[in-house]
Amino acid sequence: MFSFCSDPSVLDGLAWLSCYLTTGTHMLFYASFGVVLLLLAITAPIALLFGYGGAMASRSRIAPLRWFGKVYTSMVRGVPDIVFFLFVPIALDQGLEWLRHQALCDSDAPVRQGNDFVVCAAAKLPLSTSPEWVHDIYAMTLAVIAFSVVFGAFAANVLYGAMQAVPRAQLETAEAYGMTPRQVSRRILVPQMWTYALPGLSNLWMILIKATPLLFLLGIEDIVYWARELGGAKTSSFAYPHPDWRLYYFLAVLVFYLLMTWVSERVLDRVIRRLSAGQATMAGEAQRKAGAL
Amino acid sequence: MKKLLLAATALALTAGMGTAQAIRMGTEGAYPPYNFINEAGEVAGFERELGDELCRRAELECTWVKNDWDSIIPNLVSSNYDTIMAAMSINEERKAVIGFTQDYLPPAPSSYVALQDGVDLEGGVIAVQTGTVQASHIAETGATMLEFPNIDQVFAAVRNGEADAGFGDHEVMRPFVEESNDLVFVGEQVNLDEGIGVGVRQSDTELREKLDTAITAMKEDGSLNALIKKHFGDDAQTYE
Repeated sequence: MFSFCSDPSVLDGLAWLSCYLTTGTHMLFYASFGVVLLLLAITAPIALLFGYGGAMASRSRIAPLRWFGKVYTSMVRGVPDIVFFLFVPIALDQGLEWLRHQALCDSDAPVRQGNDFVVCAAAKLPLSTSPEWVHDIYAMTLAVIAFSVVFGAFAANVLYGAMQAVPRAQLETAEAYGMTPRQVSRRILVPQMWTYALPGLSNLWMILIKATPLLFLLGIEDIVYWARELGGAKTSSFAYPHPDWRLYYFLAVLVFYLLMTWVSERVLDRVIRRLSAGQATMAGEAQRKAGAL
Repeated sequence: MKKLLLAATALALTAGMGTAQAIRMGTEGAYPPYNFINEAGEVAGFERELGDELCRRAELECTWVKNDWDSIIPNLVSSNYDTIMAAMSINEERKAVIGFTQDYLPPAPSSYVALQDGVDLEGGVIAVQTGTVQASHIAETGATMLEFPNIDQVFAAVRNGEADAGFGDHEVMRPFVEESNDLVFVGEQVNLDEGIGVGVRQSDTELREKLDTAITAMKEDGSLNALIKKHFGDDAQTYE
């Protein structure tokens, strides 16, 4: 990074530290914070979408759709997260490769040969020849899907409960005005359910933030991986030898997670306050009275 | 339309071939001096240099992939990468699941480390890295075994008193012991393995033969011995 970093063994004190903290691996460590934030930014809306779909399916008048919604929410919520994170990416990856094997390979060699799962070179996903970033994005996509499926199931239950909590009288009034079921749902049900759903969703968001270290299970190098890797004792095989510093690295990670939760609390408080305005709930009523005085 | 389809199929079929066969090499990246992640964030160490040379000789186009030790064999058999070069000793248990090339390092001794001499190696608590030949060995002795996911945590367990001693590959432990002022080698060295080889899928005989030929060539012209001496010192065991 800096010009004086070419020979770290002669450096000491602040110069050594400034070189040490700007090595390539440290840059990857800093970038991994971005990876975690990116995962959160992509996963949260997709999980919410899954949840909305699940909740709508659970409320559906069409029986098979309703069964699907119920099975999805209860089954996924009942399986330990870690099992799902191990299962979904492997199943997806092997399933896709098997499909591509059927379509793209002209050999009829079996996919399973003893212990091995082998598809032809053209069916590999991603191809062995693809650059590293393609592999990274592929792994990240599988991770996003696994996270979304799991958190979507929880969100579905929260949203389902919130939809049930909207007073029936509100919906009946809308029907009396001659609105179609679709209009009732879009104009009355959905806008009002958020105020009931938000406490549950904010819980989920917090749990999602804390679940991101599971990324490492999927082969993505997240902040916890790098903290462990960089903090471990380094011998003179490395340019910057140091004793076991994991404590400090994990401390930095801890501060990051606490900051994330602190910021989220602020934002969610504000959103809850805004959504309560004009609602026939205690919080909404309190706001109305405060404004009237 | 038909021509277009034909052209597309031909392209799809040949795309994987290219000029040289593309190989992904899996390694742990946490086992210096065999393999580790250097300051630039790249795989480095003895196996990096050896692997690159083997690829050059076998005319393979290689990229390195990091993978946790725990799942390094499952990810090989499910074809996430094609070889393992991660100081993996050849033994019967592993041979049941994956194939190995001939050894590229002679059988290496394993050693005990502790904070002082005279700890009970037969009945005490011994820390090892999980899934290693050293772990299998401790499981057969009378000692209580503590398993950790990487070698770093083995040292940490010895230092904080959780374990009476740690047991691991001598060459990996040597720099840690020499550069520390608290750890010492204790007890006798143990010879456990049949040498270290490249792990490949059992069905991948073609790749195994290519790598075998390259290793034989490097043993014959002395370049493998030179590489071993460069990374493990002049006293390291070499090939005759």
